[in-house]
Amino acid sequence: MSRPEPVTQVKRRRDLALSVIVNQVPYIEFLGVRFDRHGDELTATMGFHEDLIGNPILPALHGGATAAFLEITAIIGLSWSTLWNDIEAERLDVEAVQNGALVLPKTIDFTVDYLRTGLPRDAYARARVNRSGRRYASVHVGAWQDNRDRLFAQASGHFLMPQRHG
Amino acid sequence: MTQDQMTAARQFIDAIPHSRRLGMQLKELGDGRAIISMPYDSALIGDPVTKVIHGGAVSALMDTAGGAAVVAHPLAGLGTATLDLRIDYMRPATPGQTITATAECYHVTRTVAFVRATACDEDTDRPVATATGAFTVAKASP
Repeated sequence: MSRPEPVTQVKRRRDLALSVIVNQVPYIEFLGVRFDRHGDELTATMGFHEDLIGNPILPALHGGATAAFLEITAIIGLSWSTLWNDIEAERLDVEAVQNGALVLPKTIDFTVDYLRTGLPRDAYARARVNRSGRRYASVHVGAWQDNRDRLFAQASGHFLMPQRHG
Repeated sequence: MTQDQMTAARQFIDAIPHSRRLGMQLKELGDGRAIISMPYDSALIGDPVTKVIHGGAVSALMDTAGGAAVVAHPLAGLGTATLDLRIDYMRPATPGQTITATAECYHVTRTVAFVRATACDEDTDRPVATATGAFTVAKASP
C-alpha cells in the first residue's frame, strides 16, 4: 500500500484550487467575501463594511448585498463540489483556470427569504447542493450572523451547469 | 424631472450606502413605481470569461427598485424591508451596457406590498431578468 499523501501537500493543493476559483470573480472581492475550507466544506464570510448598509437608520444590511452574498456562496459551493474529484485526482489545471478556462454555473433562478434584519456585522453562509445533474443543479444556502441556528436569510436556486467536453 | 425632483432622487440613493456604492441612479419615482439604473462597472463582473455582471448585483438593483416602489406607494409608510425576492435570469446582460430596473407594486395590503420588477440593458425588448417580491408595509401612524 502506498503511503498517504503528506497533509501539507493535501492542504496546499486544495487551498490553491479554491483560491484560483474564487479569485476569478471580481464581484466576490467587490463585496468582500472570502471562503474558509475544512476538508471539502466551505464557509463563506462577508466581512462587514459600511458600503453594505441598505438602511442607515436601523442600521441594517442591504437586502441586495445579502442576496448577492448567498448567490456567490451557491455558485462557488456548486462549482467546488463538481470540481472536487478533479482537484483530488490532481486533474485541475490551475494555470488554465487562471487564464480564464473555468466556466462557472449560470443562475437560472434564485429565491431569497429574509428571515431577520441583517445586522451591521460579519455574515456567514454555507451552500448545500441538493441535486447536481449533467445540465441542471439545485442549491440551497443558509446565512447566519451570531448564532449558527438562527439564520437571517436563506435562498434556493437553480443553475445551468457548464458543459464538459470529452 | 425638475431640479428639485432630481435633487430628491439623488438624495434617495445617497441615503442607501450599498446602492450608492453600486452606482445606482434613480430615474423615476412615484405612485408605487420606481425606475433605477446601474451603469456597467468591471468590478461587478461575475463571469470572468464573458465579462457579464454578477447576478448578485442585478439582485441588489431589483431589491432597491422594489423597495423604492413600495416607499413611493401612497398607502405605504416611509420604511420597508424585503420579505422575499425571486429573480429569474432570462439572458446575460451585454457587457458595457447600463442595466435599468423598473419595479411596480401590483398589490398593497395594510401589511404587505407585492412587487414585480423587470431589468433591461440597452435592448429594452428582451429583459435581462424579472423579479417578484413581497415587502413589508410600515404601520401608518395612528
